Parts: sequence; structure tokens; C-alpha cells
Amino acid sequence: MSEPRKGRLSFRLISTMESVGEVEAAAEKLAADAGLDEDQRFHVTMAVREAAVNAVLHGNEYDPSRHIAVGLENTGKDLVFTIADEGSGFIPETVPDPLAPENLLRGTGRGIFLIRSLMDEVHFRQLHPGTELTLVKHLAATGEKT
Amino acid sequence: MALTIASREVDGVTVLDLSGRITLGEGSVQLRDAIRDLISKGQKKILLNLGDVNYIDSSGLGELVSAYTTAKNQGAALKLLKLTKKVHDLLQLTKLYTVFDISDDEASAIASFK
Repeated sequence: MSEPRKGRLSFRLISTMESVGEVEAAAEKLAADAGLDEDQRFHVTMAVREAAVNAVLHGNEYDPSRHIAVGLENTGKDLVFTIADEGSGFIPETVPDPLAPENLLRGTGRGIFLIRSLMDEVHFRQLHPGTELTLVKHLAATGEKT
Repeated sequence: MALTIASREVDGVTVLDLSGRITLGEGSVQLRDAIRDLISKGQKKILLNLGDVNYIDSSGLGELVSAYTTAKNQGAALKLLKLTKKVHDLLQLTKLYTVFDISDDEASAIASFK
């Protein structure tokens, strides 16, 4: 595993799918630089992409006047990603369980589940307005989730 | 890499060879349109070859489910062929592996429609 590159990278992007691509690429690079294997890189990249899509699509509703704020950091212990939108807020507990039999054939509603499944820690914070997600991948894999 | 879709007929089954990503804005709409087109033309046997799909997101998974239910509601059958490890793992994680009829062998998959 390579030496961590200390310091937090932060940027602010407009609410477009191109921005989602930028966030995804930045996450992929941070994960690759940290020496994660292909599976772990895929998990990180996918979770961050899902969070960015939620921010752009559900949070900011593609509103050109609203931005997403993104932070990426390799602390040496963890990869930490924050993605914040400027939307009306989001209560994760209200999302139906996509694994429930009655929801299995729904075409939507798997994003938050995937984020939680693929990362080691996921935290939600209400910003008034907006929601901030913090996604954490432990560099020393413990397999435990919080 | 965006999604490319090639269509071919094998023993009355329409095989869609998909290659690239099935994600929001990069393939999910193409897949939806391709399935709807086949259904509207009365095609009842559809096999999605996912062997070259290297990335799928929650939107892409949702599109696969919608394709399955659209086909079923129209009296058609939609099955999956050759999952990559990433797609396989995600279908297991989301329990969608239990929904789809999945095969690794094209000849067996084609035969299963009869």
C-alpha cells in the first residue's frame, strides 16, 4: 500500500451529470493512489458515484443555481469522502428496504442501500438546506461496519 | 465507455449484446428504448448478453428490473447471459439474482426459451 497523501481535496461543482463523472474520477484516483485492489476501488467509486448522483438528481434536482460540495481525503487510516447538496433535505430512514419482497421489482431505490453496503461507514448530516453524506472506507479492512 | 447494443437472432431468440456501462445518463435510456422497441415489435424471447458490461449503477440495475417486468407484463421472457464479476456481485447483493433467469452458456440459454 502506498504512502498516504495527506491533505483534503475540496471542490464545488454545478449540478450536472458531468460533475458526477468528475467526482467519480477523483474517487477512483484517490482509491487507486491508496493501493486498493480492483474490487475495493470499484466499491469506493460506485458508492461515491451513487452519492453524487443523489446530490445532483434528488438533492439539487439539476437546479443550475445549486451546487454540490465534494471533499476527498486519505487520512492514512481511511479514505473519507463528503458529498453535500443544497436541496430540501433527506431522511435516510424513510427509504424503503430494497431487499423487501414487495420492493424487489422496483426500478428505483437501491442507491442508499448500495452506498451503505459498499462502504465501511456512512453518515448523514442535515445542513438546512441540504444534506451531507460522509462515506468512509477503512484502509486496514476490518470487515466491520458501523 | 458508453453503452453499445448489438442485436442478433438465434433460433427465434433476440440476443442483445451489450458492451460498456449501464448507468444513469450512459446507457440506461438506450437499454430501455431497445427493450421497448423489441416488445412493441412482438418479440417474446429476449436474451441480454452482459458479458462486456463492465460497470452498472443503481439506475442500471433498476433498468434491468424494469426491462424484466416490462417483458413479463407483455407476455415476453427476458433472461440474462454471462455476467461479469461486478454485475454478478451487485445482483447478489441486491437479491436480484433471485429474480432473473441467468446463464453462463449461450446455447443453454437459447434452449431454455423453448
